[in-house]
Amino acid sequence: MNSLPLILTVFFACAVEATEALTIVLASGLTREWRSTFQGMAVALVVLAIVVAAVGPALTLVPLGALRLVVGALLAIFGVQWLRKAILRATGHKSLHDEASAYLREVAAAKAATVTSRRGVNDWYAFTLSFKGVLLEGLEVVFIVITFGDNQRNLGAAVIGAAAAVIVITLTGIAVRAPLARVPENAMKFAVGIMLTSFGLFWGAEGAGVSWPGHDAALLGLVPVVALVSLGYTVMLRQRRGTTPATPVAHPSAESEGVTS
Amino acid sequence: MKRLKTIGAFWYDFVVGDDWRVAAVVVLALALTALLVHVAGVNAWWLLPVCVFAALGWSLHRATR
Repeated sequence: MNSLPLILTVFFACAVEATEALTIVLASGLTREWRSTFQGMAVALVVLAIVVAAVGPALTLVPLGALRLVVGALLAIFGVQWLRKAILRATGHKSLHDEASAYLREVAAAKAATVTSRRGVNDWYAFTLSFKGVLLEGLEVVFIVITFGDNQRNLGAAVIGAAAAVIVITLTGIAVRAPLARVPENAMKFAVGIMLTSFGLFWGAEGAGVSWPGHDAALLGLVPVVALVSLGYTVMLRQRRGTTPATPVAHPSAESEGVTS
Repeated sequence: MKRLKTIGAFWYDFVVGDDWRVAAVVVLALALTALLVHVAGVNAWWLLPVCVFAALGWSLHRATR
């Protein structure tokens, strides 16, 4: 299969996670202390490298059929949850994920916390905030890279997509020194949800033993079908509610913001 | 113990998300697909997409009613 769809899917999925990590790092660095923030980030990156070193080689030992079944199921579940949230946000049933307000919340909490030095770290709060943010979002990036890369037996392409996303988001963050509020996050999540769901359906069913009509080319048919169904649900919900995406409101049953939001 | 619970909650939220029913439908649909392929000899490639689209619609309906 051509590597481009794989690289683009991983790029956009990882760009969303990198944006969320950047929001936390900026809130910590700008309001507390950059040195402790970078220390937290560095330790998180070391932990992530250990996770990759431990999990990566082990995955290559798993038979491809079993791997595709498990990873396909996970991606399908993961992708549908992303699509669900994106559709609810696009139709005004759930408030949009706002990096600017997330940033302000982190800033307020960071300002309120007291400064404590521990184990060679000047500001333990800044260290912990940065460490947790980079580790949690980084774990999601690692999950995306390993599952996509190993399933396609093309880890290099997945790494290129993820690295490009992290570099682009980091450079943009350095340039603007502010949360990336203008990133069309919901549109990106909608697109990523479509790709994750399509790959999940393809690999999951293949892992369960089916033979897709047209083999790998079936994926090219699945992506537009998933997109059309998702857009169809979006149109239906908009018509039912009579709202536009510009006026999102929190629905009484709206769920809490999760790490995958 | 608290740390284990936190890790468990992170992975649950990460993988399963807001609606566990969607995850349950995906797992059941995959199990049914495997049964149809390996026991009945039916190449049921269509089953998983149909079930997932239905689960998404059902989940959206529940969240917005």
